Amino acid sequence: MLRALLGRWRSSLSLLRPAHVDADRAKIAVAQLGHQYANKVVALQDVSLNVRSGEFVCLLGPSGCGKSTLLYALAGQVKPTGGTVAIDGKTITGPGPERLLMFQEAALFPWLTVRGNITFALGAKGVPRAERRERADAFIRRVQLTGFEDTLPHQLSGGMKMRASLARALAMDPTVLLMDEPFGSLDAQTRIHMQELLQSIWMRTGKTVVFVTHDVHEALMLGTRVVLMAPRPGRVVRDLEVHLPMPRKAEDAGLNEMVRHVRELLRQVEGPGLQEPAPRRPPERTASRPGLPAQGLPRPVR
Amino acid sequence: MKRYIHKLSMVLLLLGVWELVARLGVWSPHLFPGPFTVAKSLGAMLSDGRMAEATLRSMGRLFRAYLMSVGIGIPLGLLIARIAFFRNAVKPIVSGLQALPSICWLPLALLWFGLTDAAILFVVVMGSVLGIAIATEDSVNGVDPQLVRVASTLGVKGLRFQFGVMLPAALPGIVTGLKLGWSFAWRALLAGELLFVSGGLGQLLTVGRELMDVPQVMAVMVAIILIGITVDRVLFQTVEGRLRRRWGLAGAV
Ligand SMILES: Nc1ncnc2c1ncn2[C@@H]1O[C@H](COP(=O)(O)OP(=O)(O)O)[C@@H](O)[C@H]1O
Ligand SMILES: [Mg+2]
Repeated sequence: MLRALLGRWRSSLSLLRPAHVDADRAKIAVAQLGHQYANKVVALQDVSLNVRSGEFVCLLGPSGCGKSTLLYALAGQVKPTGGTVAIDGKTITGPGPERLLMFQEAALFPWLTVRGNITFALGAKGVPRAERRERADAFIRRVQLTGFEDTLPHQLSGGMKMRASLARALAMDPTVLLMDEPFGSLDAQTRIHMQELLQSIWMRTGKTVVFVTHDVHEALMLGTRVVLMAPRPGRVVRDLEVHLPMPRKAEDAGLNEMVRHVRELLRQVEGPGLQEPAPRRPPERTASRPGLPAQGLPRPVR
Repeated sequence: MKRYIHKLSMVLLLLGVWELVARLGVWSPHLFPGPFTVAKSLGAMLSDGRMAEATLRSMGRLFRAYLMSVGIGIPLGLLIARIAFFRNAVKPIVSGLQALPSICWLPLALLWFGLTDAAILFVVVMGSVLGIAIATEDSVNGVDPQLVRVASTLGVKGLRFQFGVMLPAALPGIVTGLKLGWSFAWRALLAGELLFVSGGLGQLLTVGRELMDVPQVMAVMVAIILIGITVDRVLFQTVEGRLRRRWGLAGAV
């Protein structure tokens, strides 16, 4: 039994491997990025990060570690005080149509229906009037909101608002989707639905996604790569590739094993002074072996 | 339904007390007529067309002046909200002038325009334009910054941004300002009409006073109240309520 546990622990480690991406092969290249706000808070210090096209990168870390700042710098909404961000080799200077930023709030235009929100955005993109409606409806279908085309945002539930917002973002067809804790305000059940939906959409469209979250489970559920960040000053401490097959299931045992491992990692990088000396191995034995589902036993690697 | 019954019974009660006091004869019936006498006077003015003519006259003025106020006030408010020069230089003036009760403009208006419609229009415009401008500025400044940010990330710019995002986002506030402006305008109009021969509702009041015809004075007052309530209810509250419901704002009436 113990041996099997140990084996699984090891395998979860081997499924999380340090990521190495060369800048010249990257879709998004962040080099020595630093940002200091006007109030002297160093939100980012010497952050370098290369993201390949089609990757799903999760920026993971406690609140205040500069995740949003990094994301907004990618979006061009924040001008970093040092370093560069390049997309496809071109240094960015502001927002651009190839990138789209989504927030924790759905941020729909409240006076427009679900369809209206999308067609309005398509208009800004220069899509001919005749095509807007059809395109909007296609994306509404994709986020499973069919039947709610003519509904106003305030009549939708939180999860539905987020789906409408996602449909609007996808309809803009950016190559890079930047998401700042988009499911942070949803209840647990809805959040898992949204994660599964986002995953299936990502698998189909192959967009490059940079996704900010402070939820370890969410990061490992979604990401092909997880970038751990630490605060004061905001920096990247680990950059790991997640070798779990997709689509993933929230209750998958391998995933949950990995979650525990990453939580431990975060604890180590976060507060060396606060924690007792890092154990060689997380205190796993107590953690509910019997509670695992039958199919949660050691699984073949990939 | 219950609300209407409450309202109706209160109105009936007031009318009853009024009639009772009038009948008790504490004051001379010439100075304090009962509701029936007043209603009769109102009926007479309605049937001989005096009321219609005066109302038409007043509302025509109000309409023209109000249009001007809206036409000047909204752009002025937008300019103050969006352009630093207007915010720094014009806003203090607008706020300062707003402290002046609108009727105080009348002497100046009479000197500039003489005993004409233009003088009254001027007073009405001065009475409502500033309030509309300030309400517009407030509501533009109060637009949810989240919407501005999302517009920017969606690439919504220029006129599409101004008219497709800022204006609708500020619209509920602007309509509230328009409602406020209307009630300012309505007051300013009657104050102006009272003061010289103008042929409107205000003058009908003055004529009643000169003829010592208290029922007429009261009847015109009732008419003014009814017109005011009707416009406020029928026009503004409907529009405002619809808008707030559609925008999903709390406290929709
Ligand atoms: N607009 C701002 N002005 C000043 N300080 C800010 C601003 N935004 C964020 N910060 C600070 O920068 C740090 C990183 O913030 P943020 O990027 O929002 O972190 P996260 O998204 O990881 O919670 C925090 O200490 C925060 O207080
Ligand atoms: Mg944040």
